[in-house]
Amino acid sequence: MDAMIRVKGLNVSFGEGGEALRAVDGVSFQVAAGESFGLVGESGSGKSTVLRALSGLNPNWTGEVEIGGEAQGGRRDKSFYKTCQMVFQDPYGSLHPRRTVDSILREPLAIHRLPDADRRVTEVLDAVGLGPRFRYRYPHQLSGGQRQRVAIARALILQPKILLLDEPTSALDVSVQAEILNLLKRLRAERGLTYVLVTHNLAVVAWMCERIAVMNRGRIVEELTAERLRRAEPEHPYTRQLLAASIGYDRQAVETFQDY
Amino acid sequence: MTQIEEASRSTGLREWLLSNEPQSARQARLGRAYATWSAFRENRLAMLGLAIVLLLVVVALFAPLIATHSPNVQALGDRLQPPSAAHWLGTDEFGRDIFSRLVYGSRITLYIVVLVTLTAAPIGLLIGTVAGYAGGWGDAVLMRVTDIFLAFPKLILALAFVSALGPGIENAILAIAITSWPPYARIARAETLTIRNSDFIAAVKLQGASAARIITRHVMPLCLSSLIVRVTLDMAGIILTAAGLGFLGLGAQPPLPEWGAMISAGRRFILDQWWVATIPGIAIFVVSLGFNLLGDGLRDVLDPKHRS
Repeated sequence: MDAMIRVKGLNVSFGEGGEALRAVDGVSFQVAAGESFGLVGESGSGKSTVLRALSGLNPNWTGEVEIGGEAQGGRRDKSFYKTCQMVFQDPYGSLHPRRTVDSILREPLAIHRLPDADRRVTEVLDAVGLGPRFRYRYPHQLSGGQRQRVAIARALILQPKILLLDEPTSALDVSVQAEILNLLKRLRAERGLTYVLVTHNLAVVAWMCERIAVMNRGRIVEELTAERLRRAEPEHPYTRQLLAASIGYDRQAVETFQDY
Repeated sequence: MTQIEEASRSTGLREWLLSNEPQSARQARLGRAYATWSAFRENRLAMLGLAIVLLLVVVALFAPLIATHSPNVQALGDRLQPPSAAHWLGTDEFGRDIFSRLVYGSRITLYIVVLVTLTAAPIGLLIGTVAGYAGGWGDAVLMRVTDIFLAFPKLILALAFVSALGPGIENAILAIAITSWPPYARIARAETLTIRNSDFIAAVKLQGASAARIITRHVMPLCLSSLIVRVTLDMAGIILTAAGLGFLGLGAQPPLPEWGAMISAGRRFILDQWWVATIPGIAIFVVSLGFNLLGDGLRDVLDPKHRS
């Protein structure tokens, strides 16, 4: 397997000494080039923390992380960001409120001193399904779905190979969620992107990902294919419980739930 | 007919400005400015404040055209004249025309206000944003320095600086600037702390932006509006401090027509020739009030936390 991302024994702790909280505890996984890998789990299971460590936002971790064939440390160099980009959960918080779409998209090009800014901005807006009409709007003039498209465009404009997706649809309306997921799916097919998708929504990972890791209390409890998840035949009892919870509220099922 | 054309052209301009689909970065910027202006215009008191401040600027710019007499020529035969047709606001103890001195004095007031703003606000902004963004010991050091400056009473510290540097308008400005940046640093730091952990800052970090770029291009623009509001509200205080220093003989030196110094000179005649001290006092009061009203209005439109 030609691994785009290789993580081995990743640990992330918050706090120090006796009060330290181990948010991620010995997590290991691999993602092949062009694959879409899902990390699911309940709130506080450490899935977003894994993503922040991968992206370089949180430099305090131990273990081995290899991205694009290169071992990564806590601090990343500038070229790393051309390989790996991230889309955040909340499109209302991830766009600078005083900048137009145009200026938000030009910023990464200016940082990396890339030529042809004008053409690249037009292209990427087109790719995410926003026409030139949106180019000079401020974020407050956009809907949630449009904002998330801008955030995706911003992540794509440096033409990365990897996209880290942190619950990209959970802050959106249900009708818009599907549009964004389809957009992400199309972009992956068109550009051969590698995805790591973090979500608590099993339906989303089953639709978006080929392989899924289930996290609980900072550990990966089970890795399975989307096929097996769709057929609802996971091995680990925690995954089964998660599956039961995702179907809807069922009093009988809830009473049998236990902590893992 | 032409009126209708004009009206349609102005609504065309309005629509262009308020368009939800701006065609260029310039149109988007102008549209935003126009929306802010429309909100500001609703506030009558703020418009009054703006009018007073604009009047101050106009008077200062065209002082030689507006003044009826020279501000410094003495005419001892005309000393302490009450307001009349020849001397609209009377004369002082050297027979100088108070109206003309007031007009020229506006230049000094504006000079002080502009220079203090241009020095204190950027220093405060820089220290506050760097401290807030850096965190850790950098934050601790910068903020303790700020605390030390904040612990001194403003006027006393300014007095100490002026007496050490020697009296004069430049030293007074320097002293006021040195004592007025700490609150700006605090405000900028508080704003930065709320901004630094937001996703849009994380996103620029993930594009490989340096800390300097993030601070100057992404954090500072967001701190600017609350800083502008605070500086405008502080203008009155700056004018009063400058007038206080002038009153104590530590600011502008004679024969400069500084308003505080004029009050100081007039206080000997306050019972018999009330206009000598009262008129510059009214000028200080009106300009301070103008800046306060303007600041309040700006806060209503610029500061999102106060917006209803």
